[in-house]
Amino acid sequence: MKVALETNQLIALAMKQIEPHVVAAYPITPSTEVVQEFSQYVANGDVRTEFVPVESEHSAMSACLAASLSGARVMTATASQGLAFMWEMLHIAAASRAPIVTIVANRALSAPINIHGDHADSMGARDTGWLQLWAETAQEAYDNTIQAIKIAEDPRVRFPMLVNYDGFTTSHAVETVEILEDDQVRNFIGSIPKPQYSLLDTEHPTSFGVLALQDYYMEFRKAQAEAYKNVKDVVLEVADAYAKLTGRKYGILEDYKLDDADVVLVAMNSAAGTAKDTVDALRKEGKKVGVLKIRLFRPFPVEEIREALKNAKAVAVMDRAYTFGGPAGPLFEEVATAMVNQNQKPLLGDFVTGLGGRDITTDEIKQIFDTGYKALEKGAFEPLVNWVGVRE
Amino acid sequence: MVNENDAEASFVPMSSAPDKWLRKEHLPHIWCPGCGIGTILRQVIEQFTKLGWKNDDVVFVTGIGCTGRASGYVNAQTLHTIHGRALPTATGIKMARPDMHVVAMLGDGDGVGIGGNHFIHAAKRNIGVTAIVVNNRIYGMTGGQVSPTTPQGSKSTTTPYGNVEPSMDVCKLALGAGATFVARVHTANPVYVGQIIGRALQHDGFAVVEVLSQCPTYFGRFNGMPDPVQMLQWFKENTFMAKSPEDEKEGKIPIGVFKDDKTTPELSKSYRNLWEA
Repeated sequence: MKVALETNQLIALAMKQIEPHVVAAYPITPSTEVVQEFSQYVANGDVRTEFVPVESEHSAMSACLAASLSGARVMTATASQGLAFMWEMLHIAAASRAPIVTIVANRALSAPINIHGDHADSMGARDTGWLQLWAETAQEAYDNTIQAIKIAEDPRVRFPMLVNYDGFTTSHAVETVEILEDDQVRNFIGSIPKPQYSLLDTEHPTSFGVLALQDYYMEFRKAQAEAYKNVKDVVLEVADAYAKLTGRKYGILEDYKLDDADVVLVAMNSAAGTAKDTVDALRKEGKKVGVLKIRLFRPFPVEEIREALKNAKAVAVMDRAYTFGGPAGPLFEEVATAMVNQNQKPLLGDFVTGLGGRDITTDEIKQIFDTGYKALEKGAFEPLVNWVGVRE
Repeated sequence: MVNENDAEASFVPMSSAPDKWLRKEHLPHIWCPGCGIGTILRQVIEQFTKLGWKNDDVVFVTGIGCTGRASGYVNAQTLHTIHGRALPTATGIKMARPDMHVVAMLGDGDGVGIGGNHFIHAAKRNIGVTAIVVNNRIYGMTGGQVSPTTPQGSKSTTTPYGNVEPSMDVCKLALGAGATFVARVHTANPVYVGQIIGRALQHDGFAVVEVLSQCPTYFGRFNGMPDPVQMLQWFKENTFMAKSPEDEKEGKIPIGVFKDDKTTPELSKSYRNLWEA
């Protein structure tokens, strides 16, 4: 069935189809409408979800954590300062293996105050242990939301997951999308697998959040780090099952005209669409360019990135966030780390674009590709980090 | 004690306050037609003028939300913090510079929702900050969701059939936590709002003025009062002058000055006394 909805409304509809047991949330632009619309489904009796309009995002994630550890299917939505305010609970949710799915309409962080699209919020959460899916379009955001439930709750995974899409550019845009019937969604996700340990299993009392000092803390952390190795297989299995149901096939990455590309641009979220259009235009001029879009950012798909970039001569990474005081933007650092010990590797350059919702245009992406070609002539990206479309 | 009727009978004369205290280059403001925040802000700057304060001696702090935008318009030292954090920021300013007039203008979410813990502790410490809590009983900036002060039974976008939770009483909370000046007023009587804010600004300690304010766009529209005049009329008809927020009269909301304690020492002064001892 096709519907034309604003992405936030569409995601609220996906949540209605998923019908989680518990949703605890606090309003924040630009994700507010997701839980606002969902709360109306609750009020109208369309779902039997317990909706808790808590007093802050910290409380939202605390409530979600406890509900999830009790074995409930749990979702919330937030952005920007809201995700930042959840920060300490994010770590605990991941380490406690609480498969909460959190929708993030990506938005810039303060200061200065800015409500528009930017990846600083979820990039700031990259070390918390949450899995992360990113979406170029409303359709992908919808499909990722449903798949995220099945990935996060899989007994081989049991990690919380962020489902990202760009604030305003995607969250407030109306797109015609293909949706599933409620029954199809519920059959696809099934009921949440019973956790091995549950907070409310009174026959088998369990403690969560225990103390582990010099004696065992490192073993807990190593065990957690090991557990991410299962995630990619599950992401692909879920994607296959979803493709059988919908005909829409997702991977860990998306290649766009990479096979013979000399200059490749790495992008996430909505800018990937602009980049693809730019590639089409440049291909008509005879330029061998391509786009690598990252769908699964956590765990970071090191092997897949190496494989995808093995024939590229120059790679321009687009960062819609910055690591202040660091060597480059966060996505560049990840891609560069993936390539570091490869014998043959492309030249790598970082392009900081679109902070605080500034438009990322095809002209700017053309400039980035041009810089990639110049790097091929010079033998290096100089400077390593380029701020695109910024007034000096 | 100020008589509400006397205050109502007076009027606002032409004033130089907007010229001195507003950054006119940032106007027009973003508030909806009929919103109460502008009325309250006007009374705040009128009092600044009346007290003869200098722009450089005032630190004006806000959080996030409709009320949070006020710091962009006030011509003083202003700080637009994040949601709920106006009071701890104001506390830091007052401790560092006790000579400054520190005024925090909060919404109900900032004050007793996400920033509720800070509100309690600012009151407990009796820090010399004036907290003007604009209570429109809803989250306006994000589109009308339920707030901690949304009355039980009232509608919002997240409580379309009425709020099941009881609401928070800002003044009772302030009194319970130890604020030394506590008052409640409403925007249907702006002159009285100004008089009480004037007293709060001169108070040496943590002063709370809760201003019931109209949000016709969300609270009003969802609760049968889409016209701001209806909301102002509702304030007039459903409030009464009282000595305590515990006072009861036909289910109406008590307004007035509920506490004015000039004996409890203010925190930044207590600290300096300790250093000098």
